[in-house]
Amino acid sequence: MLKTFRIGGIHPKANKLSAGKTIQSIEIPDEVSIPLAQHIGAPSQPVVKKGDKVKVGTLIGKSVGFVSANIHSSVSGTVKKIDKVVDVSGYRRDAVIISVEGDEWEDSIDRSETLINECALSQKEIIDKIAASGIVGMGGATFPTHVKLMPPPGTKAEVLIINGVECEPYLTSDHQLMMEKTEEILIGTTLLMKALNVSKAIIGIENNKKDVIAKFSQLASSYPGIRIQPLEERYPQGGEKQLIDALIGRQVPSGALPIAVGAVVQNVGTTFAVYEAVQKNKPLIERIVTVTGEEVHNPCNIRSRIGVPFQALIDFAGGLPQNTGKIVSGGPMMGKAVAYTDIPVTKGTSGILIISSSKAKRKTPKDCIRCAKCVQVCPMGLNPTLLMNLSEYAVWDRAEKNHITDCIECGSCSYTCPADRPLLDYIRLGKGKVMALMKARKN
Amino acid sequence: MNAILIAVALLGIIGAASATILYLTGQKFKVIEDPLIEQIQEILPGANCGGCGFPGCRGFASAVVKSYTMDDLFCPVGGQETMDKIATILGKTAPATSKKIAVVRCDGTCEHRPQTSIYDGAPRCAIEAALYGGETDCFFGCLGLGDCVDACLFDAIHINPQTLLPEVDEDKCTACGACVKACPKDIIELRKQGPKSRRIFVSCVNKDKGPIARKACEVACIGCSKCLQVCAFDAITIENNLAYIDDDKCRLCRKCVPVCPTNSIWELNFPPRKEKASESSKEEIKKTV
Repeated sequence: MLKTFRIGGIHPKANKLSAGKTIQSIEIPDEVSIPLAQHIGAPSQPVVKKGDKVKVGTLIGKSVGFVSANIHSSVSGTVKKIDKVVDVSGYRRDAVIISVEGDEWEDSIDRSETLINECALSQKEIIDKIAASGIVGMGGATFPTHVKLMPPPGTKAEVLIINGVECEPYLTSDHQLMMEKTEEILIGTTLLMKALNVSKAIIGIENNKKDVIAKFSQLASSYPGIRIQPLEERYPQGGEKQLIDALIGRQVPSGALPIAVGAVVQNVGTTFAVYEAVQKNKPLIERIVTVTGEEVHNPCNIRSRIGVPFQALIDFAGGLPQNTGKIVSGGPMMGKAVAYTDIPVTKGTSGILIISSSKAKRKTPKDCIRCAKCVQVCPMGLNPTLLMNLSEYAVWDRAEKNHITDCIECGSCSYTCPADRPLLDYIRLGKGKVMALMKARKN
Repeated sequence: MNAILIAVALLGIIGAASATILYLTGQKFKVIEDPLIEQIQEILPGANCGGCGFPGCRGFASAVVKSYTMDDLFCPVGGQETMDKIATILGKTAPATSKKIAVVRCDGTCEHRPQTSIYDGAPRCAIEAALYGGETDCFFGCLGLGDCVDACLFDAIHINPQTLLPEVDEDKCTACGACVKACPKDIIELRKQGPKSRRIFVSCVNKDKGPIARKACEVACIGCSKCLQVCAFDAITIENNLAYIDDDKCRLCRKCVPVCPTNSIWELNFPPRKEKASESSKEEIKKTV
């Protein structure tokens, strides 16, 4: 009954400490910094200047180019300046800094909780609205959603896959969102089906979220074409290619996009944002963030405006524990450690994980014992130990031949390595180099 | 006896026939290569470092033979001397170039630049740089993990264990540029070695605004433009809050050095200053560096 992907994968301890905790809103701080590069692709162009008054939902950054996204103000107030602030990339990048005054929303936004089921918009109008609302993939990759909804010529979407897997340990933001906004997500799915012109949608949910599966199964019957599929607990099932394999049994070829097998994958967070954008005219200005960790006083799920500093969320969860060793933006497997607590929440911040100092330190790498555990767990069927060595010694041509660019950076190899080798660190380096070389060759 | 004779004769015939075929094939597919290439390759240092931009010394030799002028071709390892020799063989003229040397433009020692976070990932600058700005608040400075050291084929750059910054060995550096390419932060630059190895350069690449840069590192360039004002030769430019000294225009007058409020302009291998030496002690420090 339960499905899963066919090769590789691991099963780390789930540690869902904040599971079942109702989503809470936090007070808006006095100042927010909204980064202009919150998505994959070109950073947005600021359309406001110092001293401008903005409301919640006012456009502040315009998308430039095809792969880019709009950015809206998440608060009302005055633009203090456009300056460089440290964001999750670990570098100073441009951001719009707004001094908060009150909480005044744009008039077009429908703030009521009423469920709107009907949608008279055409396929193109839905996509345009999604693009205008600045929606990006909220599972963490932050790929602009409207781009995914416009399959390149020669390809056709056959099935929409909604990703409710949340296979990352600790994170519960999607779980709680699915629990509280079930109907909205189902309507959002219908909207996405219309945008893609497909009649079939599958919502994949891991079996550790039985409450969500039950609730969805009960409600889905009134939404034609939508099927709920419980999945085995296995990491990285939330990866696009793994989820497609698990749900429809098709394998995306090396170097191709999911659309090559007729599938489009969207995260549940994105689906909810689509519902709000299309039915309520609400641009993407807030998201659910899980603040968690063993030592955290009150692990919780927070609805946070974009641009709020991590510190405000951590304070809400009971403050930074004394023995904090590492603060991770995202989950423990694919998240990224950050060096400052005043980093703003962006569209891709799914969680803030606080790891105690005793657990945070990496172990010293030892020699490879050639046990091939990394080969066994790689969900892409690669040979991580070989790729690491090739990257370490800069043998880019062989790395390319061994499909280094197929790596999804899930970290299963580093997790499983008994010799604590930094496999992913080197593979990521090599992947970047090889991709740059391939790009240079194309031009 | 007869059998032996037949075997010898037969082998002889086969041998002769094969030799003829080999000779004819050899003649037919002969690659005519300019003997000059071989000759020039012998003059070249044979390091195959790629500093000239060609794949190995033979690549450079064939390029220099085929090219009309020698203007854009230079072997950094062999230097002017080698280029002159090549020019004599080819009957061309080698443009006069000045010897260059790798310069590390960061002085962010532990005292100057306090550590604010700990990186414990794989010990490679490129990996750390992809993750974040580095262990200090200066996101432009040296990470100190030695990608440049690994890249150097001439054993000319080493991390100083005291400062944790790379230092270039002037005698060994050939200015091949391998370290320049290896550094993910673009800190290392090839600059003119200068007469008697005397050089002046801004030892900082921080492009942040003054207060942010100064807070992160005591010796950061804050883009105050004081050096720009004293320079009589128009050699200094300030872009993105960072001063840069053009080594083609700089006449090594050293006027910019004492005016720098953060001591980020370095002078190397100069004799001690006569006047003002007692006034500020920073030159004393620099001499020892």
